Amino acid sequence: MDRRLMAEAHRARLAFVATVCLGVFSGILIIGQSYLLSQIIASAFLEQAVLSQLGPLLIILLAIILLRGITQSVATWTAAEVAIRIKHDLRKELIEHIVKLGPAFTQQERSGELTITATDGIETLDGFFRDYLPALFTSLLVPLAILFVALSLDLLTFIVLLLTGPLIIIFMVLIGMVAAAYSNTRYAQLSQMSAHFLDVMQGLLTLKLFNRSKAQIETIRRITDHYRESTMNVLRVAFLSAFMLEFMATISVAVVAVEIGLRLLNGGIEFQQALFLLVIAPEFYLPLRQLGARFHTGRDSAAAADRIYAILNTPLPQQSGDQSIHDIQRIEFAHVSHAYADGNRPALDDVSFTIERGEHVAIVGATGSGKSTIINLLLGFIQPTEGQIRIHDGDNVHELHALDIVTWRQQMAWVPQRSYLFNKTIADNICIGNPDATAEQIAQAAESAAAHTFIQEFPHGYQTLVDENGARLSGGQAQRIVLARMFLRNVPIYIFDEATSSLDRENEALVQKNLRQHTQGSIVINVAHRLNTITQADKILVLDGGRIIESGTHNDLIQAQGAYFHLLQAYGETTHDGA
Amino acid sequence: MMGHSATWRQLLTLLRPFGRRILLALLLSTLTIGSSVALMMTSAWLISTAALQLGIVSLGVAPTGVRLFGISRAVFRYLERLVSHDVTFRLLARLRVWFYERIEPLSPAQFQGFTSGDLMARVVTDVEELQNLYIRVVAPPIVALVVTLGIGLVFSLLDPLVALVAVAFMVTAGTLLPYLTWWIGSRIGRHRVAVRATLNSQLVDAIQGLPDSLAYGDASNQLSVLEATNTSLSQRERQEARLESLHTGLSVLLLNLAMFSVLVTAIGRIEGVFLATVAMGVVAAFEAITPLALAAQHLDKELTAANRVFELIDNVPIIEEPAAPMTEPIVDYHLSIKNLAFRYDENEPLIYSDFSLDLPHGNRVAVIGESGSGKSSLVNILLRFWDYDTGHIAIGAAGLKALPHEEVRRTFGVMTQRVHLFNTTIRENIRIANKQASDEAIIASAQLAQVHDFIMSLPDGYDTYVGENGVALSGGERQRIALSRILLKDAPIWILDEMTANLDPLTANDVMKAVMQAAEGRTIILMTHHLAFLEKFQFDQIITL
Repeated sequence: MDRRLMAEAHRARLAFVATVCLGVFSGILIIGQSYLLSQIIASAFLEQAVLSQLGPLLIILLAIILLRGITQSVATWTAAEVAIRIKHDLRKELIEHIVKLGPAFTQQERSGELTITATDGIETLDGFFRDYLPALFTSLLVPLAILFVALSLDLLTFIVLLLTGPLIIIFMVLIGMVAAAYSNTRYAQLSQMSAHFLDVMQGLLTLKLFNRSKAQIETIRRITDHYRESTMNVLRVAFLSAFMLEFMATISVAVVAVEIGLRLLNGGIEFQQALFLLVIAPEFYLPLRQLGARFHTGRDSAAAADRIYAILNTPLPQQSGDQSIHDIQRIEFAHVSHAYADGNRPALDDVSFTIERGEHVAIVGATGSGKSTIINLLLGFIQPTEGQIRIHDGDNVHELHALDIVTWRQQMAWVPQRSYLFNKTIADNICIGNPDATAEQIAQAAESAAAHTFIQEFPHGYQTLVDENGARLSGGQAQRIVLARMFLRNVPIYIFDEATSSLDRENEALVQKNLRQHTQGSIVINVAHRLNTITQADKILVLDGGRIIESGTHNDLIQAQGAYFHLLQAYGETTHDGA
Repeated sequence: MMGHSATWRQLLTLLRPFGRRILLALLLSTLTIGSSVALMMTSAWLISTAALQLGIVSLGVAPTGVRLFGISRAVFRYLERLVSHDVTFRLLARLRVWFYERIEPLSPAQFQGFTSGDLMARVVTDVEELQNLYIRVVAPPIVALVVTLGIGLVFSLLDPLVALVAVAFMVTAGTLLPYLTWWIGSRIGRHRVAVRATLNSQLVDAIQGLPDSLAYGDASNQLSVLEATNTSLSQRERQEARLESLHTGLSVLLLNLAMFSVLVTAIGRIEGVFLATVAMGVVAAFEAITPLALAAQHLDKELTAANRVFELIDNVPIIEEPAAPMTEPIVDYHLSIKNLAFRYDENEPLIYSDFSLDLPHGNRVAVIGESGSGKSSLVNILLRFWDYDTGHIAIGAAGLKALPHEEVRRTFGVMTQRVHLFNTTIRENIRIANKQASDEAIIASAQLAQVHDFIMSLPDGYDTYVGENGVALSGGERQRIALSRILLKDAPIWILDEMTANLDPLTANDVMKAVMQAAEGRTIILMTHHLAFLEKFQFDQIITL
């Protein structure tokens, strides 16, 4: 039983209370119906009553039947309402929380898994709120009432029900545990088997290249057969407890029937009462068994809830400040360190540097040397674990975390290494965050990014939808669209992370030229693998293991014959200066 | 549901091999419900007869019968579960093998046009969905039919009109309720599914593009779009819930009305001692009717899944094996391409208009061009994944089109940007290249690929698991394992297609060096846009696309 989920019922209190009340009412109707039914049959059978004599009773029975239908219908509707409202609110909160947690969080997680938690995961809770939770409140009431009826009519029936009822519950719990163990193993095996199948399918090309694809048929057959055998072994045991449950429920009805039959023979009980007991005995077990069947819904929901609450309970990063900024003069990193939560060594270790207005700074270094960490800090995706990032605004100095993050980000244009194209049109992708841009401005930006020509060649031009299926964009084309996004912005700070790595030489040269023009007078921070794009930087920072090991201009660093010089040699690009 | 009959036929063929088991499961299923009907009917008769107080003899075997039916229901249910699950698993095995056999010849050419996510959904989710075909779709209506007939038969022994009323209610409930379910599903459910899919893709966009939308100040806009979709999803769910509640109410109503009507009809027409019997019998028999609504829901799911699967595998392979294959082994690996023209589709631009390449064995060629300029198409053509109409390609004396596909794929060793490592040990991942290879040969190839020392540094060495549950290998390490593979395969012609594109320059350089060293004496076709390689390594020809 999941208390966190129980508590969510408050979000739809009225509908939930209605569901429970209707459930209780429905139980009363069942007992009433059984009583009337036995009454009618007894009259017709023993007193040879004809239809006209039974009229009033039949009409009441019919009314109860109609009322049961309506009650059931309304209860289904209110139960659904509870589930729908809670799911809606949880989805909303979860999505907002994920966005607030930001890239620092989402980049550690698998995006597919996050999406599934917010959709399928929350959908799993449906059964919990719709079926399981109301059943928890109502499933014991009807059996208790029936037990009370039995006590007043026939002691042995009462004893049989009293003994088997708890046994059923015990078996239910037992089944719950066995079934959980079973479904865990089955689930593990099934997902293992599916994973293998998926692995083969994803590697099909590789298998083909090595002429091994046909051999997989036998492997798939073998693994699936093995799965069947081992699962059936577990199932035999799991079904055995279900067998016991069924057995108890039906055999007790049989025992009750035979017992009251024998008592009837001796006139120890009235026929009407006996029939009433027989009709109602199965109703005693039904809610208990239904609760048992829903038990696993509760378990599945608890597993999904674990994941949902794990995300919702992830503390939000530091709240944004409220200082706005007007006139950026300088960015200053003072002894900044950053360690990711799971990292054993800091990604950035006591780094200090300044960037003045109008300066072009390049950051170089191997993968994992801390370049992206600097960018993520600047964008406010992560915060320094030590040290300060200061922004000099006119005569004022602000710490970065004191700034209003939204206005701060408005000061920047960022072209990441792997930027994301949204499932929208090319035009919408270019004017992200700038919805008022005119078609001319968009085309001009695309022109600067050497993208206009190829975009126009698409049948739908700028209205071409960017999705996996649509325009087959090459890596270089995608990058040029993102570059156009940047050209649409006029800001004091530009950050490029391998911004032209997928372009061919010709386009790269063109874009670089436009870039220089566009970013004139602004701060430019350029992270690059290909060193030919950075030789003209005012300052080059060479990173290694999270530390700045060298800094200076291209010529300074060449003369120093240090790390930068060796990097250049390894890249084999020393002869391509200023290409 | 019209238009699905072909799919339906195709689906039923899949069940054919399990005919006997299915019959057994159906029999057991019917006996289970039969037992509970018999239990309730015999009990009711027993009590009624006992009420006449004619002595124990008047009850005959009924008390024994009641106990027997009380036990037999549980036993039959247990056996039925075992048999039907066995059928389900056997069906799943057959489905996978059947699916794989059909899809293997289609890869990779016919996969174009399917997004990777969609493809995997068809391959895994849809195929798995079909395993429920028997339990959830085929069995319920058959069992319902048999039970209905049984009730009609037994009741008609008492009175034909009572039987008629009972059967009429069972048939009405058995058709109306599933139809309603199907109608709700196809009208409202489909919209809900569509809205959910929209929410899904918007979420993927929002999460994967989060850095971009935050940096460009678009996040709050995206949140409001998401919330609009969320609300519209809830509205759809409400619509559906209203209809579902109608459905639940109706099913309770029909069951009890059936009981009521049977009773009213029976009073005065049949002996009083049987009144309770028919009333309780018809209630018990409805156990066979209730699952039909669920079956209707699943029918739709199964058909959709089946259509998606058939859509994929009903394609005809683009290239068949040559009718008269060359049987002599290739002796000279001189590759020559003359006047090749190629496009993927008639509506698409030409990738090559007049491409020629003459490459004596052991020669090295670099093909330069931006991504999208058609370098990768050469791999598709040379490995016979796609056909070409114009031009001539030959390996030594043999025309490419005359070679058996296995022979073609033995000839070429391909390295691409993305290396697929299977979810098994490093050793087995290398052994993919040559099933018969000894451990020594595997180690030798890893040494040549300069990855042996790294592998030995892992805790389990060559037995280290890679992939989801194992260690994560870096891009460079993966490429070296790929190199070990083509070394172990001993392919005479290597095609290196942008294999270093995802690596940082230092690693790219190291991998390239290792490959060029290991390639001694082999033909190399290098495709790259990384011009620095051209200066660092020796090439006999350089071609710009």
